[in-house]
Amino acid sequence: MELTRAKQETNTPKKKKLSEKKKDMVSGYLYIAPFFIVFAVIGLYPAIFSIVLAFQKWNGFGEMQFVGWQNFSLVLQDPLFWKSLYNTFIMGILGTAPQLLVGIVLAYFLNMAAIKFTNFFRVSIFMPYITSMVAVALVFGVFFSSNEAALANYVIGWFGIDPVNWKTSEWGAKIAISLMVFWRWVGYNTIIYLAGLQSIPKDLYEAATIDGANKVQQFFHITIPLLKPFILLTVFMSTVGAMQLFAEPTVFLGSSAFSRDEAMTVVMYLYRDAFSLNSFGTASATAVLLLIIIVIVASLNTWLTSGSKRKKGGVKNAKRS
Amino acid sequence: MRKDHKKKFSLGSIPIYAVLIFATLFSLFPFYWMFVMATRPSEAYNSIPPALIPGTKLVENFQNVLDSIPFFQSMWNTVLLCTSVTLVVLLISSLAGFAFAKFHFPGKNVLFILILLTMVIPPQLGLIPQYYLVSKLGWLDTLFGAGILYLLNPLGIFLMRQYVSQSVPDELMEAAKLDGCSNFRIYRSIVLPIIKPAFATLGIIVFTLVWGEFLWQFTVLRSPESYTLQVALASLNNAYNVDFGMLLSGVFWATVPLIVIFLMFNKLFISSITEGSIK
Repeated sequence: MELTRAKQETNTPKKKKLSEKKKDMVSGYLYIAPFFIVFAVIGLYPAIFSIVLAFQKWNGFGEMQFVGWQNFSLVLQDPLFWKSLYNTFIMGILGTAPQLLVGIVLAYFLNMAAIKFTNFFRVSIFMPYITSMVAVALVFGVFFSSNEAALANYVIGWFGIDPVNWKTSEWGAKIAISLMVFWRWVGYNTIIYLAGLQSIPKDLYEAATIDGANKVQQFFHITIPLLKPFILLTVFMSTVGAMQLFAEPTVFLGSSAFSRDEAMTVVMYLYRDAFSLNSFGTASATAVLLLIIIVIVASLNTWLTSGSKRKKGGVKNAKRS
Repeated sequence: MRKDHKKKFSLGSIPIYAVLIFATLFSLFPFYWMFVMATRPSEAYNSIPPALIPGTKLVENFQNVLDSIPFFQSMWNTVLLCTSVTLVVLLISSLAGFAFAKFHFPGKNVLFILILLTMVIPPQLGLIPQYYLVSKLGWLDTLFGAGILYLLNPLGIFLMRQYVSQSVPDELMEAAKLDGCSNFRIYRSIVLPIIKPAFATLGIIVFTLVWGEFLWQFTVLRSPESYTLQVALASLNNAYNVDFGMLLSGVFWATVPLIVIFLMFNKLFISSITEGSIK
């Protein structure tokens, strides 16, 4: 085959080769066209339209009216916006930070050579992820129902804590929602960390053992630094996800979701502005603010995560010298 | 031999087993409890100590679900939505991934970076214009309207480009071209068979994403006949006095198919997560 190709290549006139190149070019553009058409219609156009809308007054039907920065100042002066931002942050921290820490520990255990039945544990711990957010919110909604006999109240009763009105109390709602986020995602992160751990060469640990490093030292000086890309990825993804929280609180609170503020998130605030109050301008301003907040928080978190690990590396190097 | 020896039970691993067993119980208990509640009358919910053993109302509770929402219609809507979106995304992504991996054309790198950038834009940014667009097209309250948003899937192109450039040899393409194959023929007869595993990965990612997404379906679908499972289930919770037995019966029967599929293909599910996020 090599031979026939060489022969053909010498025989092919230059012109034909050029047209072959052109053909490839045309095919290239043609094959990426469907994606870019979809992107233009439901990605780019709505994003630009949103930014334009953020400076208009519009109820969805009549004429748009340019109002400058008024929508932004309306949103930023609304105590409910700040409350929803606060709620989003609190539930974000409560729901994701433990998730990542527990995920690392579980993955570390599952990766230990001495542990049996790892596949069973892995599948079980991952299973919550396949349930939908709505299903999780409904099951936890019954578990944490505002009822003295709710199973959650029964459980905290063992520890001598009085029954809580989970759906209407400031912290009750946040804790319940954070717990369901934690439950659904902890296995997902464990799987990602496990893949990360399995990519670390075994001989690194063997060498460290020979050098006299114990398991804890190995964990902090080999495992964590080498897991860093995976940690960064999960921190980034869960930060972005946490800032977009919508389904869990909305479904958990049911009919009172948009009339109470204990668990209202920024996306719920946006949704309420747009679809209950028909105020598309302020809702779009909120969307733009949310984008800015997500970019800031996600890069800050990613930067902090990579920074703290770098420091640890520095300490390690200092010790060695 | 040595490996077996290593795997022998040692006392030191008891705390680790304890943690793993606790994590397993924590993960599985809500599934079990959902089943228990789906088999009990709503009043059982108020009993102390709480009911932890299945009751006898399995059929009755589900009958109540069927009386409240068009359950099977919603299930069918969800399956139809997920399947068609997945097929279209696989087609769009594999074509574009193929082009980005194997063809040279001006602007290729810039366009690819643009795709990566779109992964960062939160879907809520465009929610209102997207809603406006769908309503102008007359697709509100239809599966078309619900599905169109998910067709934008930059991750799919990313995965496909990676897979095609790793697993389709340039020599094979050149040979096919010399045999007179058109580019589309190469895509259909050479690329498609090779990238089947990537289809499985991306297919699972898209299918589960669409199955579970709520915000957009909740925004677009307004009448019970067009509800997907998620929207229908959420609507069960909106009554003032919710029948918990019925509610969790609905959730249970909506979750069972997923659990069965997951247990059958759990390796594929788990690898789709790592492949989808690590590359």
